Amino acid sequence: MAKLTFVGGIHPYDGKDLSKDKPIRDVLPKGEMVYPLSQHIGAPAQAIVAKGDRVLAGQKIAEAGGFVSAPVYASVSGTVKNIEPRRVASGDMVMSIVVDNDGSYEEVAARAVKPVEQMSPEEIREAIKEAGIVGMGGAGFPTHVKLTPKEPEKIEYVIANCAECEPYLTSDYRRMLEEPERLVGGLKIILRLFPNAQGILAVEDNKPDCIRLLRKLTAEDSRISVKALQTKYPQGGERTLIYAVTGREVNSTMLPADVGCVVNNVDTMVAVHRAVTEGKPLTERIVTLTGNAMKDPCNYRIRIGMSYAELLDVAGGYSVEPQKVICGGPMMGMALFDLNIPTTKTSTALLAMTEDEVSAMEPGPCIKCGRCVEVCPGRVMPNYLATYAEHFDEEKFLEYGGMECCECGCCSYICPAKRQLTQSIKSMRKIMLAKKKKK
Amino acid sequence: MGEEKKRVNVSSNPHIRDGKSTAGIMFAVILSLLPATGYGIYHFGPRAVAVIGTTIAGAVITEGLFGACCKKKSLSDLSAVVTGLLLGLNLPVSIPLWMAALGAVFAILIAKLLFGGLGQNFMNPALAGRCFLMISFPKQMTDFSVKSVDWGKLHWDAISGATPLAALKAGERVDVMEMILGNTGGTIGETSVIALVAGACLLILLGIIDLRIPASYIVTLALFVTVFGGRGFDPAYLSAQLAGGGLMLGAFFMATDYATRPITVGGQYLFGIFLGLMTGIFRIFSPGAEGVSYAIILGNLLVPLMEKITRPKPFGYRKGGGTHAV
Repeated sequence: MAKLTFVGGIHPYDGKDLSKDKPIRDVLPKGEMVYPLSQHIGAPAQAIVAKGDRVLAGQKIAEAGGFVSAPVYASVSGTVKNIEPRRVASGDMVMSIVVDNDGSYEEVAARAVKPVEQMSPEEIREAIKEAGIVGMGGAGFPTHVKLTPKEPEKIEYVIANCAECEPYLTSDYRRMLEEPERLVGGLKIILRLFPNAQGILAVEDNKPDCIRLLRKLTAEDSRISVKALQTKYPQGGERTLIYAVTGREVNSTMLPADVGCVVNNVDTMVAVHRAVTEGKPLTERIVTLTGNAMKDPCNYRIRIGMSYAELLDVAGGYSVEPQKVICGGPMMGMALFDLNIPTTKTSTALLAMTEDEVSAMEPGPCIKCGRCVEVCPGRVMPNYLATYAEHFDEEKFLEYGGMECCECGCCSYICPAKRQLTQSIKSMRKIMLAKKKKK
Repeated sequence: MGEEKKRVNVSSNPHIRDGKSTAGIMFAVILSLLPATGYGIYHFGPRAVAVIGTTIAGAVITEGLFGACCKKKSLSDLSAVVTGLLLGLNLPVSIPLWMAALGAVFAILIAKLLFGGLGQNFMNPALAGRCFLMISFPKQMTDFSVKSVDWGKLHWDAISGATPLAALKAGERVDVMEMILGNTGGTIGETSVIALVAGACLLILLGIIDLRIPASYIVTLALFVTVFGGRGFDPAYLSAQLAGGGLMLGAFFMATDYATRPITVGGQYLFGIFLGLMTGIFRIFSPGAEGVSYAIILGNLLVPLMEKITRPKPFGYRKGGGTHAV
């Protein structure tokens, strides 16, 4: 049988051996907690606490700012120190609620729950929306929006994105090994929303143990199957994943629901399970600390809002001084210049690298080798797009399908001339999207 | 934390890169040309070294001087060496060295640097140099009949003669086995099919080139020659056509030049087919017997057009572009 996959893609060194065999450890933050009001795509949340208020773990501190938005919850107990702009991983200053952690982790009572079987689809959606769940693979799209398509009966596939194609990341892997019941449970809950859908756990074939485990767990369930995907980056991209599993293509103007699909990441499904069965909001997630500069690469269950600096301290710090520190993986992660930034709902990893290969390479002229075209999962021509972007040639940029770029980074990775293709295209896309919004 | 001021690098993603570099690719091309170069030197004698040395030196010095004038460092990408070497392999051994040098200067300066340097040239520089010399000095460029060449005080015999294709066109019999080995007349690097194909295999194994262009080129030419060659399906004639005239050198090493071939997959097939047709036309319907160089140069000119009509549809493309279900 031909392997499930997509056209293009790359095979970078995956670095997962560093942390894949390290069981998830729990960590309780001691220091100040920061909760950015914008940890998701869509309208920022609105703070509903004020300076000086005492908050408890699991207490809602910001209300969703619209339908495409998500509430924010405190993950520790303490006092609201201030509501002020704080720097986040992307480098932007974002209005954030700062909480002085009192170290007692006093919790509010969980929302009342009733058995899933007795819940209506609306109640399930409401529970997910209330819990502040967003896509935890990195994009941060509010999950309840994804789960509320116009015609739920037209959804044919609910796909659990268990690919984890980003190098070095092992948080989803650990989650699948240690809490597979929660993942499958989350998928089953979502399937209740879509009467005509089948559930698919899509796992890259470099995780055979997860595939075996999930197959065993779902053997009895005729609605759920486990699909092994070819290990290739960016297999876990939403569009490439849908294509690999169903053969359907989604472009940048479409939603997965347009081709009858709903895709959610592993941690997101687990959060859905927690929210619906235990009434707990999204206040924790798994973060991988890794890289060859990390003293003790590992996976932590963190309370969202804890600073990276504290997390790194807890993990034992660096073994050698890193040249580059990345929030997320090496392909799509953001380089940090300061670790005093909060972890958020979308923090997947902290990656510390002893060497920054990129700074050691001088970009040269394009030799038109065509490697970027070959690896591009969006089937566009990054070499031309980057040039048009550098010349601010909007017309050509659009004509050559610049908006179809998913910013996966394959083109920059493969370029022998070491051009910053992704960077140029990404910047231009940002400008074009901002322009479109204005209109 | 907080107090220390450690320096870390910040840049846009991705933060890792593949190991292949421009210079690495050029080096691989040079390596893959070594069998043909070695055979050329063995076959045509030490003067071949002088010709190839002259073209490489001419190319490198031109690139270096231009770089010094424009404050651009481009020598380290090794592309000038590749151009110089390819040009040398495309010249007859008896060519006056000053002509070889002139060809190298033309190739690098006019065909490449003046159009913006590496990657910006629209024509294969080595072939542009060769065609420039062909037009300027047709006699010396097509003189493959030299039996003995003066080189310094040395007299030596070169095993040379008219090119097999010219002989073929004149109705003579040619020995295909000799052509495959390379024991025939021709330019320094074009004679040995075995050496060229060995180098091409290396390039394919290293992932530098693929078979799209060479295969579509060779297959098209074979079909064309079968249909229009006037000999029907004659294996001996056909294999002589394929083994001769620098087809292997052109198809594997020059038609595949990154900067001057289409970047789209469809365009590459189209390019190969076009080269096959043009080479066939030149070989059969023109007074000359060869056609590879001109076919490739002509093809180079049509690359933008070929790319345009074969531009891939972006992933998920829908007619009209809007949001709608399939």
